Amino acid sequence: MVGGGRFDMARLVPRKLDRKLLRDLWATKMQAIAIAFVVAAGIAVHVVAAGMLDSLQETRRAYYDRYRFADVWAPVVRAPDRLLAGIRDIPGVAAAETRVTSHVLFDIPGMDAPASGQAISLPDNGRPAVNHIHLTEGRLPRRGQRDEAVLLDAFARAHGIAAGDTVALTLHGGREELRIVGIALSPEHVYAVAPGQLVPDARLFGVVWMGREALAQAVDRDGAFTEAVVTLEPGYPEAAVTGALDRLLAPYGAPGAYGREQQISDAFISSEITQLSTMARVLPPIFLAVAAFLVNVVLTRLVAMERTEIGLLKAFGYHDGDVVWHYVKFAGAIGVLGLAIGLGLGTWLGRQMAVLYTEYYHFPFLIFRLEAGVYLSACLVTALAVGGGGALAAWRAARLDPAVAMRAPPPPDYSKSIGAGLTRWRMLDRQTRMVFRQILRWPGRSAFTLVGVSVSGGLLIGTLFFLDSVDVMIDVYFNSANRQDVSVSFVEPRSWEAFHSLRRMPGVIEAEPVRQVAVRLRHGAAEERTALSGVPRGARLSRMVDLDNRSVEAPPGALVMSQDLADKLAIAAGDLIEVEVTEGRRPVFELPVSAVTTTLVGSGLQMEIGDLNRLLGEGRVLSGASLRVDAHETRALYARLKDTPGIAGVSLQSEAEERFVELLDQSLGTSIVIYTGFAALIAIGVVYNSVRISFSEREHELAVLRVLGFTRGEVAYVLLGEIAILTLLALPVGALMGTGLAWGFSQAMSSDLFRLPFVISPRTYGYAAGVVLVIAISSALMIRSRLDKLDMVAVLKSGE
Amino acid sequence: MQDTQGQSGRDRDTACFRTRGLTKVYGSGASAVHALRGVDLDIPEGDLVVLLGPSGSGKSTLLNILGGLDRPTGGEFLFRGENLTQASTRALTLYRRRHVGFVFQFYNLMPSLTARENVELVTEIAQNGLSAGEALELVGLEKRADHFPAELSGGEQQRVAIARAIAKRPEVMLCDEPTGALDSATGIRVLQALKTVNETLGATTIIITHNAGVADTAHRVITFSDGQVGNVRVNTARANPEDLAW
Repeated sequence: MVGGGRFDMARLVPRKLDRKLLRDLWATKMQAIAIAFVVAAGIAVHVVAAGMLDSLQETRRAYYDRYRFADVWAPVVRAPDRLLAGIRDIPGVAAAETRVTSHVLFDIPGMDAPASGQAISLPDNGRPAVNHIHLTEGRLPRRGQRDEAVLLDAFARAHGIAAGDTVALTLHGGREELRIVGIALSPEHVYAVAPGQLVPDARLFGVVWMGREALAQAVDRDGAFTEAVVTLEPGYPEAAVTGALDRLLAPYGAPGAYGREQQISDAFISSEITQLSTMARVLPPIFLAVAAFLVNVVLTRLVAMERTEIGLLKAFGYHDGDVVWHYVKFAGAIGVLGLAIGLGLGTWLGRQMAVLYTEYYHFPFLIFRLEAGVYLSACLVTALAVGGGGALAAWRAARLDPAVAMRAPPPPDYSKSIGAGLTRWRMLDRQTRMVFRQILRWPGRSAFTLVGVSVSGGLLIGTLFFLDSVDVMIDVYFNSANRQDVSVSFVEPRSWEAFHSLRRMPGVIEAEPVRQVAVRLRHGAAEERTALSGVPRGARLSRMVDLDNRSVEAPPGALVMSQDLADKLAIAAGDLIEVEVTEGRRPVFELPVSAVTTTLVGSGLQMEIGDLNRLLGEGRVLSGASLRVDAHETRALYARLKDTPGIAGVSLQSEAEERFVELLDQSLGTSIVIYTGFAALIAIGVVYNSVRISFSEREHELAVLRVLGFTRGEVAYVLLGEIAILTLLALPVGALMGTGLAWGFSQAMSSDLFRLPFVISPRTYGYAAGVVLVIAISSALMIRSRLDKLDMVAVLKSGE
Repeated sequence: MQDTQGQSGRDRDTACFRTRGLTKVYGSGASAVHALRGVDLDIPEGDLVVLLGPSGSGKSTLLNILGGLDRPTGGEFLFRGENLTQASTRALTLYRRRHVGFVFQFYNLMPSLTARENVELVTEIAQNGLSAGEALELVGLEKRADHFPAELSGGEQQRVAIARAIAKRPEVMLCDEPTGALDSATGIRVLQALKTVNETLGATTIIITHNAGVADTAHRVITFSDGQVGNVRVNTARANPEDLAW
């Protein structure tokens, strides 16, 4: 029951009104489409984000589940096989497996650079109880066939290796030729990245799976294992199990068991999912809110302009209810169009993105999932925004007395608005006064346009910020903190002699030793596992830098720590911290933290290499080195490195940087392109509708100006001056909003792996302003063409 | 169009407007509407002319064409000897800007400008206009100059509209039912204002009206019917607006 009118269901669809509805929709098609776009943008962002996220999470969950992905890893130097039973008996352990793992260096024909990797054993009898692999081709190694191996799918594809081919590699100092019998995907290597490295490079990091006996013999671990992997009973606390494992395995050189949080592949995916879900949490509501707000305002103004027709309908005897229902249907038609585009586009894009991620992460399958709730909430928001806007406006119009509604509204009174005072400003010409008074007379409406344009500009800046931030992150990481060309790591710590021989290798211009040990840090109740690096004083290649790119060094006997670690341990510069070395004799020290600095990528804990050697009581030894090399001699250097025994891994910085950029382009980049596109759609919706409605409302006035002899250009100035001023004002406001949004993102998106620096380049501001201006100008041009068709004759015959 | 300012000799023998066989057809085929069916007219400089006729007789169509708002379908239309029949949109805009003052039934003031500013809007783009104060004084509204349209009565708004029309010192004043929306007393004031302007500035003034009484105040009364000129009457003795029975 609406208003005084009786709402008769039988009259719900008066046919004549429906014809009017279609004509109205046709007459306002550009505006309807512009509104539908805004709705579609809001809905699509919501659906894409939810669909992509749901699918990614669900696919990961199912993958881990089906292939029994471990919850806890417990590496050791060498532990006897018989411990397996004890591990299985640990409360909370659902399944356990032991295995032999080893570093390998591949020698791929035609590739100069050495590819590093890992050899992992598979049980000789059946599938592993934990961490199974997914064969995409071939079979598992047969028992007793020592030279058979399965190769990681991404690595095989990068080198064109298929089942049946042979692969040469250095394993435990000896050269092996393995026959590849199968190609596989593994939940452990979804993100196939070499230990200590930042980015996966399919060419430079590979994994081979060999029979347990074959691998154990090759690496001298007969009857022993080097790693236990376990899955947990659902809901069982991980810490209890890692604690028990540590106690059990401590005598066997265990640096400490760790959970998925520190498993590099899962940590990377989790970080990515966290970033996606932050975007999915923050952006869609902004888009939807703007869309709802916009739709509401535009419909209110659209219906308000039809007040004469509403009066006429009521004079003909239509009930208030009919009238309101008519406009709700009008709004509904726009809403349904927007919803259809939004849901269709969102589902399609969401699926495309999910497919992209599946390929990128090498998931064996994709579970595309979109919760019904996502669709439901999309429909609900649209109904509220669109239906509400239409109904409210129609309701206001329907309440008017028909006679009043049919009469033209009295001329708007400008004498009360602050714009009246402009008379004193002599230098303002009359047209400019009209422009300013129009803005000041309806401050709410002007504010809406201003806010709408600002928000779209802000959204553009907020999304483009990621590219700036990542640029800085890459620059700091690769050009300031890690300036070496090649990092070499040894299988086990080596004497200074090894460093000298590295330095003498062909093409090496500069070399820096690195000593790295696994440590467990304790401060109060907090405990963290990490690596402690010893670097020489005045290190020029691999070092810790602050946000201003200045090197941060530890004074004698003290540590420098990255901010993220300090936060987790609640440590400030000057505090003492307990450091337990989880290798060798496992000494425990109390050391001062001299400085805490923000690192953008990963965590960092450093001290002077000599200090670290002394602490460990081990003489001058190193675990690896950073090298700056002559680009012309890399070939010779790589050849030497491949032939050098005891090298666990070689990583190439320039390739890592390229891969890193590529990776971010693929993942984050795609989302940003989508979000940027939708922000532009919103800008189109706001600007076009503002100008279009302003035109409709002032069509009469503008025609009068034409009659009075004003040229089209002069009339366009009166109309478009308003949107021009509001757009120009919106640029700084949008810049502020975007800056705030970017700051929010930089805070919300920092993970264990990355900290997004809060940096917005002038280019981003310029680009956002450019997009907004181009949209404003094109909307203005579209409306300007209507100025040429103003009906001056009609003006003479009608009032407002 | 060339500037017609140079030919401003107010020779009563020269027609301000001359039309020959002027036709205007809206639409085409079966639904075509013949608004003008061959109009031949000569309107002398400085005359105050009233167009009478029933609705749809073609008065407004003629006024629109004379005012440069519409183009004829056929025939010729000359302003001070210059053929404007095929003038470009730009030329017509210039023609309106320099020579024509319009007064509408619904005033059509800019609601966002005060009375003075509404007049100034036109004087800003005129070449040899009156000051806004002078124009408002001519219509007796100098005291209300700083009010916005919403603060003025209908008659006052119409007088502002007249002041706006005359402020550019137009050669031609075209008025489409200027008193149509006003009560009699106000209507008479408006007519007085128009007469004053016609006499003071010498602007050729054409007024469309449904009020036959108004015709008595004109030099010349042209009656339209069915798209053609029915009758042209020259008043030897003109009535004063204040003597009109409304």
